[in-house]
Amino acid sequence: MTLTPVLTDTWDKDRSWRLATYERAGGYAGLKKALKTEPADLVQAVKDSGLRGRGGAGFPTGMKWGFLPPPDGGPRYLVVNADESEPGTCKDIPLMLASPQHLIEGVAITSYAIGCDHAFIYVRGEVLHVYRRLLNAVEEAYKAGYLGKNILGSGYNLDVTVHAGAGAYICGEETALLDSLEGLRGQPRLKPPFPAVAGLYARPTVVNNVESIASVPAIVAKGADWFSSMGTEKSQGHGLFSLSGHVTRPGQYEAPLGITLRELLDLAGGVRQGHELKFWTPGGSSTPIFTAEHLDVPLDYESVGAAGSMLGTRALQIFDETVCVVRAVSRWTDFYAHESCGKCTPCREGTYWLKQVLHRIEAGEGQDSDLDLLLDLCDNILGRAFCALGDGATSPITSSVQLFREEYQAHIDGHGCPFDPSASALFAYTPKTRTPGALAGAGAGGH
Amino acid sequence: MTVTTNNPTSEAAPVELVTFTIDGTEVSVPKGTLIIRAAEQAGIQIPRFCDHPLLAPAGACRQCLVEVSMPDREGNVRPMPKPQASCTMTVAPGMIVKTQHTSAVADKAQQGVMELLLMNHPLDCPVCDKGGECPLQNQAMSNGRADSRFTDVKRTFPKPIALSTQILLDRERCVLCQRCTRFSEEIAGDAFIALQDRGAHQQIGRFDEGVLGFAGEPVGPVDRPVGEATNDTSGRPFSSYYSGNTVQICPVGALTGAGYRFRSRPFDLVSTESIAEHDSCGSAIRIDHRRGQVLRRLSGEDPVVNEEWITDKDRFAFTWQSAADRITTPLVRENGELRPASWVEALEIAAAGLTQARQAGGVGVLPGGRLTAEDAFAWSRFARTALGTNDVDQRSRVHSAEEAEFLAHVVAGSGVGVTFGDLEQAPAVLLVGLEAEEEAGITFLRLRKGALGGGAGGRTGGTKVFAVAPYATRGLTRMNGTLLPAAPGTEAEWLTSLTTTLRGGLSPADAPTSDIDTSALAQPGAVILVGERLAGSPGAYAAALGLAEATGARLAWIPRRAGERGGVEAGLLPGLLPGGRPVADPAARAEIAQAWGAEVPETPGRDTAGILAALADGTLGGAIVGGVELADLPDPAAARAALDAAGFVVSLEVRASEVTERADVVLPVAPPVERAGSYWNWEGRVRSFGAALESSALPDHRVLHVLAQHFDVDLQAASPTEAHLSIAMTQRNAWTGDRLTVEAGAPAEPPTIGPGQAVLATWRLQLDAGRGQDGEQFLAGTAKRPVVRMSAATAAGFGAADGDRVAVSTQRGAIEAPAVITDDMVDGVVWLPLNSAGCRVHDTLGAAAGDLVTVTVAERTEGNAR
Ligand SMILES: Cc1cc2nc3c(=O)[nH]c(=O)nc-3n(C[C@H](O)[C@H](O)[C@H](O)COP(=O)(O)O)c2cc1C
Ligand code: SF4
Ligand code: SF4
Ligand code: FES
Repeated sequence: MTLTPVLTDTWDKDRSWRLATYERAGGYAGLKKALKTEPADLVQAVKDSGLRGRGGAGFPTGMKWGFLPPPDGGPRYLVVNADESEPGTCKDIPLMLASPQHLIEGVAITSYAIGCDHAFIYVRGEVLHVYRRLLNAVEEAYKAGYLGKNILGSGYNLDVTVHAGAGAYICGEETALLDSLEGLRGQPRLKPPFPAVAGLYARPTVVNNVESIASVPAIVAKGADWFSSMGTEKSQGHGLFSLSGHVTRPGQYEAPLGITLRELLDLAGGVRQGHELKFWTPGGSSTPIFTAEHLDVPLDYESVGAAGSMLGTRALQIFDETVCVVRAVSRWTDFYAHESCGKCTPCREGTYWLKQVLHRIEAGEGQDSDLDLLLDLCDNILGRAFCALGDGATSPITSSVQLFREEYQAHIDGHGCPFDPSASALFAYTPKTRTPGALAGAGAGGH
Repeated sequence: MTVTTNNPTSEAAPVELVTFTIDGTEVSVPKGTLIIRAAEQAGIQIPRFCDHPLLAPAGACRQCLVEVSMPDREGNVRPMPKPQASCTMTVAPGMIVKTQHTSAVADKAQQGVMELLLMNHPLDCPVCDKGGECPLQNQAMSNGRADSRFTDVKRTFPKPIALSTQILLDRERCVLCQRCTRFSEEIAGDAFIALQDRGAHQQIGRFDEGVLGFAGEPVGPVDRPVGEATNDTSGRPFSSYYSGNTVQICPVGALTGAGYRFRSRPFDLVSTESIAEHDSCGSAIRIDHRRGQVLRRLSGEDPVVNEEWITDKDRFAFTWQSAADRITTPLVRENGELRPASWVEALEIAAAGLTQARQAGGVGVLPGGRLTAEDAFAWSRFARTALGTNDVDQRSRVHSAEEAEFLAHVVAGSGVGVTFGDLEQAPAVLLVGLEAEEEAGITFLRLRKGALGGGAGGRTGGTKVFAVAPYATRGLTRMNGTLLPAAPGTEAEWLTSLTTTLRGGLSPADAPTSDIDTSALAQPGAVILVGERLAGSPGAYAAALGLAEATGARLAWIPRRAGERGGVEAGLLPGLLPGGRPVADPAARAEIAQAWGAEVPETPGRDTAGILAALADGTLGGAIVGGVELADLPDPAAARAALDAAGFVVSLEVRASEVTERADVVLPVAPPVERAGSYWNWEGRVRSFGAALESSALPDHRVLHVLAQHFDVDLQAASPTEAHLSIAMTQRNAWTGDRLTVEAGAPAEPPTIGPGQAVLATWRLQLDAGRGQDGEQFLAGTAKRPVVRMSAATAAGFGAADGDRVAVSTQRGAIEAPAVITDDMVDGVVWLPLNSAGCRVHDTLGAAAGDLVTVTVAERTEGNAR
C-alpha cells in the first residue's frame, strides 16, 4: 500500500498554513460546491462516503449528523474536538499547524450541512502555537469571505469561535468538552441526553474530531465514491497514522485504512537501527498493546478489534527491546491518574491505587500478589467507570500483564528493574532514581 | 380532630406502567422510574452514595451497579456488555435486572467500588459523628469485602475547613458523591461549596480565587453573616439558611454541624418525630435526645410538606427550650418581687386577680402567636367562657381590622387550601407582603423547585414567581422571579392595577404597571400568597382578595409564627369565634355556646392595640398574656407602659421575659419539646407531634383548664386527648352562615418625603435576634448582618455611598448600619431588618414599615469620601 496524501498534501509547501497556499492547491472547491447543494444531500454524501469518526470511537460521521432533530428555529451547534491529548496521538495538532484551512473549510461545509450558524473549535490549552495559528487562519477565512455573513454570496452566515481549553485530557471527552466550553468544570455529563439532542447550551450539537471534519471538503469536492474507494469494506477512506518512538522516521503517514504496521514501518525506515520491535500501541495509550506478532494486522476498525485492541486514533507508538514494559505502563498510568477527572470512584480511586502498585513493582518492592491485584483492580474499573477514560487506563496494564507477565515477575523476584533506561533513550540520559514511598497523599494543594 | 382535605379537582392522568423483571420477580412501576427506585418498591436495596431521590441523578459513585439485559428489536433479551448504574437508568418494558443478590458480576462490581471508596477513607469511625448511622459504614458491611488489599499511601487532608460557624468539612472522609454540592445548587440555590481539582485530588472546596477564576469584585456588606464564614462560590461570605441539610444528606461524616460535632453517638440517642416550631410551614423534624438533653434535630421525611429539607433555624435552634431563664415553678408577686409559689396558691391568686379585673372593666387576652391548636382553642374558650370577653387577639405584631376581617373571610375554617404541592405546580405565584426565604423558609424551597421546573404534570417551563416588594431579594432572584416594585404601603395599588389589567381592562394612567408581563397570573392554578405584613398596608388585604376573585387565583395566607393559623381557626381574634364564625352573628354564637356549654359574649372585642390602650388608660382591669415578646409589638414602649399600668397581669410563659417583669402571677408552661400538640400550618394541615422529652411541665391548655375550674368552667382541655375531643366538638359542623366581609382600610395619605427622609421598609430575617434562637452561637454566626438598603438615587439624596455607615432615625432613636446600594430598589425607600442584633426597628425607632424615617451619613467608609 502507498500513501494517500489528502490532508497532508500541502504540508511540505512553503508557508503551508496560509490560505493562499491552500487555495492554490484547490482549497475551498468543496465549500463552493457545497453551498450549491441541499444540506440533506451533503449529509447523505458523507454517509455514503463511509467516513467514520477519527476521534477514536469510529462512529459513522454522516449518521451522527443525521441524529440531529429537525430544525426548530433555535440554534444548533458544531463543536470541533481539537483537544488531542491522548499519549501518542499527534495528528490533529500537526494538521492544524500545517494546514488549518482544511479544518476551517470542513467546519464551513459541515455547519452548512447541519444548519448551524455558530461553530466552535475547542483546542487543547497547552498548544498555544496551534491556537494562534487557528486564530489567524479563521481571520484569513473571514477576510476571504469563507466565514462570516453571506458566505460567497450564498446568503449563508457562519461564525467560528476558537476556544482554548485549560489543559485537561478529560475535556476531549465530548460531553466534558461541552461543559468546559460552557465555562463549567470539565467533567463528563450523564447521557442521555446525547449532544445531538441537548449538547452545547442544551441545544442540538454535533461534536466531531478535527480529522473527521477536515476530511469532509475532499469528500464533497471529489465525491463519496472517491473516498470509499480507499480503505477496507467497513473502514473506508484515508487516515493519518502517527508513528512515534523507536522508529527511524517518526511522523504522520496518511494512508488508506487497512494498511499494516509492517507496511508503515517500511515507509518510515523501520524500527530504530540495530533494534527490534518489542511492543506497540495501535491507537494510543488507551488501546491494548500489540507485539511483533501483530505486524500484519490490517489497521482498520474491524481487524484491530478482532486482534484484541482498538484502532483508536491510529497513534502507533513503537517500543524496541530496550524498553521496560513495566516502566512504560507505569508512566501511562501516571498520566491517567493525573488526568482522571475525579467524578467517579473506579477511575479516581482506582488509578490512584494502580499508580502506587506499579511504582512499587518498578522499584523492586512488588509482591507476588501484586500482579493479580493489578488485574483484579483493572477488572473492577473496566466497564464500571463513568466514561471511557477509566476504561482506557486499564488497557495498557491488562494487556501488558497478559503479554509480559514474566517481565513483571522479574521485577518482583529481582527486587528491581532489569532494564537500563538509558538504553532506550534517543539521547544521552542518566536515569533519576525514584524514591519509593515519597509519594505523598493528595493533601490539600500538595501536588 | 377533623380536617378537611382538598380533593384535587384536576383529573390525575392514568399512570403508564412498565413491567420488568428484577432478581427474578416481575414488577410493574410507573414509566420513567429509575431502576434503583423500582428495586426499592420490590423490596430490594441496592447500595448507593450519590443517589438521592430529590436530587438529579449523577451516576458518580458507581456503587449501585447492576446487570441489565434488554430486549432488542426482535425481542431477544440481550445482556448489556457492562454493569449499569441503577440510579441513572430508567426501567424499560421487558428489561431484566440482576442486582447483587442474583448476579455475581453486580456483586463483584459493588464490592470493587466499595473497596476503592474505603481505600482512601480514614476509618476514624470511632470518633466520627456519622459512625453508627453511616451509609458508608453500613454498606461496607453489607456490600463490601471483609478486608482491604490496599497497603499503599492514603490520601490525607489537613483537618476541617470551617465553611461557616455552623458547618465543618473534613475532606478526607468525603466520598465525593456530590450530594452536598448538588443540594446547594439544585435545591437551595446558594452554592457555597463546589468540586475542585481533579483525579485523586478532587475535593469539595470552598471559594478559592485560584480555583474558581473569581473576577475579584470585592463584595460589600450585603448578606454578610455575623460570624466567620468562608466565601461561597460567588465570592460572597457564605450564608445559607439551608446548609444543615448538607450535613444530613452527606453519606459519610465529612460535613458536620459545629453544635453536634463530637457530642454524641447515634446509638445513644432517642429519636422522636416532631414538628418544627419556628415558622408556619409545619416541617416534619426528628428530635434526638440523650438522657433528657436534646442534642440535635434532623429533617423528617414528609413528601407533601417539607420533603426532606428543613431550614437551619428549624434544625439548629432548639436550645431556647432549655435556656437558663426557663421558668420552672409558678411565681407570684409579693411586695413588688416575684417569688416561687405552689401551683395551688398561684392559681388561686391568678383566679382571684382575674375575677377582680373582670369586674374592674374586664380582662384583655393576649395569647401570642406560637400556640399549638390545642392551646389556641383552650385560650379562646377560656377568654369567652371564663373571662366572658371577646377582648382577645393573638397578633403580637403589626395588625389591622382589615386583616382580622380578611382572616375571618378567607382563612378561618377553610380547611386545607393551597398546598406546597400546588405551589410547585402553579403556573404563577404572586407574593405580597411575604419574603418566603426569610419568613417561611421551606415555602421558598418549594417555590424555587416549581420555578426551576421541578413540577411534574407535563408542564413546560416552571412557575413564574412575582413579588410585590421594594426590591428584588436574593431569594426572588434565585427563583428567577420578577419584581413588581412597590414602596411599603402601596401594595394595594399594584394589586388593584393587576385586577384591572388581568381582566383585560386598561390600567389606570397612574397605575404602577409597566411592561412586565403578568398574564401568567390569570392562568388557572395561579396562586396569590399574602404575608402578615400586609396588615401594615391599608387596603392591601382587600385588594388581594379582589384580585383573587377577579382572576380565579387561589389565595393563601402565610403568617410567620407557627401558631397563627391555628389561632385563626380557634377564634383568637376579637371578632371571630372558632371555625370562621363571626362573634356578631347570633347563630354563630349559638353554635359555639352549644359546643362549649356556656354563653359567648356578643360584642366583638378589642384587638391587640385596643387591649393595650385600654390597659394603659385603665378601661380594662387586667390582662392574661401568653408567650408575648413586648419588643415584637409595633410600639414596644407603649406596650410596656400598658402592662405597667394594668391592674393585674397573669402570664403563661416558658421563659422569663419582659412580661414576667410586669406580671403578678407567672404560670410556667411547657415548650414544644416537652409536650404533645399540633400546629396548624399555613396550608391548613394539622401537624401533630408527641412529647420528645419526659417532663412535668404543663401545656397551656392544661394550665388554663385548671385555672378555668376556679371560674366554675370546664374547659375540657385537661389532657391532649380531651383537648382534641373538644376541638372536634366545636368543629363538628362547618360554619355555613355569613362570614365577615373585608372592608379595605382607609388608604393612608402617601407620605410627603422631605429631604433626608425615606419610607421605611422592613421585615424579619430568618435568623435574627428572635428569642427562639437563643443559646445557639454557631447558628447565630450565620445570621446576616444588618444593612440599610436603598437605591442609588436615594443614597445620592442622602449623600451616602455604598458601604458608608448611615443612621436611620426617628424622634425615638436611631439605628446605624452600612448602606447597601440595591439595584432596582424603589426610590425613596430604605430597608432595614426588623429585629436583628443591633437593629431593633420597633424598639429603637418606634416605627414600622411605611413610616417615615430620617437618614444621615454617620461615617464614611474609606475611599467613599467625596
Ligand atoms: C478521555 C477521552 C478523551 C478524548 N479525547 C478526544 C480528543 O482529544 N479528540 C477527539 O477528537 N476525541 C476525543 N475523544 C472522543 C470524543 O469523546 C468523541 O468521541 C469524538 O470527539 C467524536 O468525534 P468523531 O466522531 O469525529 O470521532 C475522547 C474521549 C475520551 C473518553
Ligand atoms: S472515568 Fe470517571 S473519573 Fe475517570 S475521567 Fe471518566 S468520569 Fe472522570
Ligand atoms: S462532603 Fe459528603 S455529601 Fe459532599 S461530596 Fe463529600 S461525601 Fe458527598
Ligand atoms: S448511586 Fe448510582 S452511581 Fe452513585
